[in-house]
Amino acid sequence: MKKLKVISALFAAALVIVSAGAVFAQTYKVAVSQIVEHPALDATRQGLLDGLKAKGYEQGKNLEFTFQTAQGNPAIAVQIAKQFVGEKPDVLVGIATPTAQALAASTRTIPVIFTAVTDPLGAKLVKDLEHPGGNVTGLSDLSPVAQHVDLMQELVSDLQAIGVIYNPGEANAMALVDLLKSAASAKKIQVVEGTALKSADVQSAARIIASKVQVIYAPTDNTVASAIDALVGVANQAKIPVVGGSTSFVENGAVASLGFDYYQVGVQTADYVEAVFQGKKVGEIPVTFAKGSDLFLNQQAADTLGITLSEAMLKRASSIKK
Amino acid sequence: MSLFAFLGTLEIGLVYGLVALGVYLTFRVLDFPDLTVDGSFPMGGAVAATAIVAGVNPWLATGLAVLAGAACGLVTAFLAVRCGILHLLASILTMIAAFSINIRIMGRPNMALLGEPTIFTPFDNLGWDQLYVHLGLVFLLVLFSALFVVRLLSSDFGLALRATGVNERMVAAQGGSIGFYTYFGLALSNGFVGFSGALFAQSNSFADVTSGVGTIVVGLAAVILGQTLIPGRRIWVAVTAVIVGSILYRLAVAFALSTGMFGMQASDLNLITAVLVAIALIAPKMKGKVRLKAVTR
Repeated sequence: MKKLKVISALFAAALVIVSAGAVFAQTYKVAVSQIVEHPALDATRQGLLDGLKAKGYEQGKNLEFTFQTAQGNPAIAVQIAKQFVGEKPDVLVGIATPTAQALAASTRTIPVIFTAVTDPLGAKLVKDLEHPGGNVTGLSDLSPVAQHVDLMQELVSDLQAIGVIYNPGEANAMALVDLLKSAASAKKIQVVEGTALKSADVQSAARIIASKVQVIYAPTDNTVASAIDALVGVANQAKIPVVGGSTSFVENGAVASLGFDYYQVGVQTADYVEAVFQGKKVGEIPVTFAKGSDLFLNQQAADTLGITLSEAMLKRASSIKK
Repeated sequence: MSLFAFLGTLEIGLVYGLVALGVYLTFRVLDFPDLTVDGSFPMGGAVAATAIVAGVNPWLATGLAVLAGAACGLVTAFLAVRCGILHLLASILTMIAAFSINIRIMGRPNMALLGEPTIFTPFDNLGWDQLYVHLGLVFLLVLFSALFVVRLLSSDFGLALRATGVNERMVAAQGGSIGFYTYFGLALSNGFVGFSGALFAQSNSFADVTSGVGTIVVGLAAVILGQTLIPGRRIWVAVTAVIVGSILYRLAVAFALSTGMFGMQASDLNLITAVLVAIALIAPKMKGKVRLKAVTR
């Protein structure tokens, strides 16, 4: 009996301490829904987490960070959205287009921040980039495609044909390929398209176009990103370089990449989340495009293919893999 | 699980209940393994979304989606009946072709409906909670669809349809056309699936070509799960069972989504869902075995 009393007293004391702690430090809840797990999107999520930490929001202390992935299935993305909205977090974060749409459709009140969405207007996430209005805003990862074409011209003298592998089922990729076509046609360069519906199709799609082009462009397409090694492998056999839209591709053997470090995209997304924490109205935060397109070069891959990286390029590069 | 998540799960379970109804019609009634649904589901969404964005009345757009789904079924039936292609392969051909056609229909892989009128819009403005309104409307539509199927299968025509899946020779001997019933059954089944796709797109404000992936898996799981837990030979029992099965499948996913506290990580989702469904399927058998043991003792 005495023992029981001691235990209940201890328990009561513990309760008081815990609830007092809760009063002093406000905990912010962030729920992140991601369409599929692959290096670029995972890096975005990690960047977001680290970006928040740098701002003083630390997981386990004053930040509750929940994360789910739909494993590529939009129906599950919808279920995750319902689950998250029911938990009433302070901020919902949607990584890539369908997850962001599912979140936006599930709530009109909880702030939704999207990131790694190429075309937020086309996805109807916002009506106006400057004044989003509703409860949705975020960061677009539209690649500087025109600069990619310039880069490919710099790499390959007398460039006539660019090959591109993408998934026609991905809204992100379609937007980029349209931009690529208009940028290339302005320079009278032909674009040869190869489509891959699954990451398993990337290799065969690359084989088909490899003999017809002088360089292969790897856009920030989720399917291509998942199979970038296969794409680089084919290009190496055909002795043509791969130029990518994500800097992580250089690590996998692309000769050059000009684009975002998706980790940095995540860090920049943390600005949006913080703004919401501080009580800023979501509808008044403009949509911005991810900053910091860095040039990454791969000297090793260039040497293997017998490509000389010009002095000017080497100077511009923010990272060179030897 | 929060109330919001629970009601949302019920809603998506009911929407996929129409897929389960379609899969029940092909796999169980017609005995025709039909994978067309992976193509007809996103086609329903694509047609409805494109029509709505073009200014068509949402109800009419939904009707067009049903017709588009039914057309997919007819193509599969044509390949199977007329061209004599193996049933499974015929449906796979339609399924993969539908992917390209869906992108053609929308002109892009993903079409958003945020801010566009849908069949839910008139009810959204009545001042009731949107969540209940969506759930209620979906429930009514699924109820009518289920009643229609029960009514149809109970009729003489339905009897012939069911006989086609059991004993083709007998149907032929009675002067019935196997080909006709196959065409009809596949069109009806995929019409329901297209309907489901249209509801999914309108309730969640987007149509996406990738949303078809794995539709057949979900549909089959719902049919088998429902019929295992609610056994019965009567038609209305079977139809109810497959829709309940679809809701149970979604509840399993929802439950799997809330297991983060048990040290599971996000990528374990599919595994947990599979385990939960497997348990649901095995549990009734275990109960039977235990009872059997008790009797023999």
